Amino acid sequence: MGAFDRERLAMLVQPDRVHRSVYADPEIFELEMERIFGRAWLVVGHESQLGGRGDFFTTRLGREAVIVVRQDDRSIAVLVNRCAHRGATVCAEGRGNAQRFVCPYHGWTYDTAGGLRAVPIESGYRREALSQLGLKRIPRVATYRGFIFASAAPAGPGLEEFLGPTLASFDDFVDRAPGGELEVAGGVFKHAYRGNWKLMLENHLDGVHPAHVHASSVAVARGAPEPGAPGAEHYYDIAVRQMRQNGAPESLWESIGVWATPRGHGWLGDYHTDTRLVAGLGNPAFDEYRRRLAARVGDAEADRILAVTRWNTIVYPSCSFMSQFRQLRIIHPIAVDRSVVHTYSFRMKDAPPPMFRDTVAFANVVNGTGSWVLTDDLEVYERVQRGFGSGAVEWAYIGRGHGADVDEPDGTRRGGTGTSEVFIRAQFRAWLDYMTREG
Amino acid sequence: VEVEQFLYHEARLLDTGQLEAWLDLFTADAVYWVPLERDQRDAAETSSIIHDDRTLLELRVKQARHPRAHARLPLARTVHQIGNVMLLGEENGELRVGSTLQLVEWRNERQRLWGALVEHRLRRADGAFKIARKRVDLVNSEGELDGIAILF
Repeated sequence: MGAFDRERLAMLVQPDRVHRSVYADPEIFELEMERIFGRAWLVVGHESQLGGRGDFFTTRLGREAVIVVRQDDRSIAVLVNRCAHRGATVCAEGRGNAQRFVCPYHGWTYDTAGGLRAVPIESGYRREALSQLGLKRIPRVATYRGFIFASAAPAGPGLEEFLGPTLASFDDFVDRAPGGELEVAGGVFKHAYRGNWKLMLENHLDGVHPAHVHASSVAVARGAPEPGAPGAEHYYDIAVRQMRQNGAPESLWESIGVWATPRGHGWLGDYHTDTRLVAGLGNPAFDEYRRRLAARVGDAEADRILAVTRWNTIVYPSCSFMSQFRQLRIIHPIAVDRSVVHTYSFRMKDAPPPMFRDTVAFANVVNGTGSWVLTDDLEVYERVQRGFGSGAVEWAYIGRGHGADVDEPDGTRRGGTGTSEVFIRAQFRAWLDYMTREG
Repeated sequence: VEVEQFLYHEARLLDTGQLEAWLDLFTADAVYWVPLERDQRDAAETSSIIHDDRTLLELRVKQARHPRAHARLPLARTVHQIGNVMLLGEENGELRVGSTLQLVEWRNERQRLWGALVEHRLRRADGAFKIARKRVDLVNSEGELDGIAILF
């Protein structure tokens, strides 16, 4: 493994600081692609993106182009989108239905399982040589409650073991839908930034940054007209409420709780309970939604479901999601200093239509490429990357709350307060584990 | 000619940083829309890069003036180049005007080029045009884009 042997890697990650090279060194990035993104379960999408057999969509698994396709037996395969012959991208479409994938270069033809079914002038090949070839199939694919994951490692922990306590975040996501059915809808935001992939994951549970990074959107939202009363909402209410909430007092951020797991996952307690949402303030659509939920699961269970207050959950290293507005972000590392994030919105199939309109409005405000909020996050990621690209200073400090972390009985580690950097420290413990583990 | 001059005037306000004067060009019920998807029909059930009513558009201008608007400090410098201006029709007393936009943006030592099909709906009020609706379809709206902190 060259310059970065186990001892050297271990030196880069210390209890309360990390060396800047983990963000800036292209050699480390290559190693991450092999050892982290090449091993972990990565989110690739949702079952609603695939209907019947032959339905497919293309995406990236880490930075590799893949085709996610429904098989004849209704299972899901993830195929590397690269012809076995000359390496060309076989499928150029974003989504569709196909029984065969045909390479544009020489017409090599594959079935939906990746098997090579035809080549031109077959007599030019030895049959046994061809029988070895096909679209490379990612060895492990699994779903949890509709979310599709893949792992490029042939062996390793199963999906549910991998997800551990974040299973409850996915449960929360799905349980909130009356009837439990979600679908990807409303378009996909694709934003990019000139920074390392880790910077996004280190930001999403950070309760200190909103008051500073988002100071301008908090300020303008405070000066905006008041949101409407229940039943008399304005289009702008979601935006104004969410941007104002980023300016919540420090005491609130301190109190909400942040948890992390040994695999680097984590979640933030809710700083934005339903009572603070447009849809939660006795609004008719939300009341109807709650009625439909209770009709399916009973009153007590509906109350339990709506009382779950997790805000962002991170599934290390590929994903961040939140259930209240049904947003899921997948991060695609492109280079050590370049990342792309795809943000998906989900519709609860049996919820009243205004619930999804709120989701769309929320996505525009927070996750949109032209958002008041996201654009300031991206600016800061790029400034951080510039700083870490400089050798003038070697270390980054991740010590907020260090020494006050609390180990919980379920194996998670809770920050002493909601603004602890416990989740960043957990991400780097997981990072070091992936990076130094053999096999 | 009058319509063309109005579009040039609007562009010049943006390119010279007169954002408040630009905002004044919009009616109280205006919609400013940069769709996410090609041929997008609806902004309620599909996300948009920007979909602002007049209240939100005003917040956008105010954010640009805030001393801690990190992505907007300094504001990008822009040149809006407008072409192919065509009258597309007249509905309910509003002119539908189509145009193309090429926009050069420069900030942080980086220059970006944008292209868009634009449609204005112009309403005459007190002898001058007001923008009741502006739709900007970026050619790369569905692409993987760095953050957008400019106005088209």
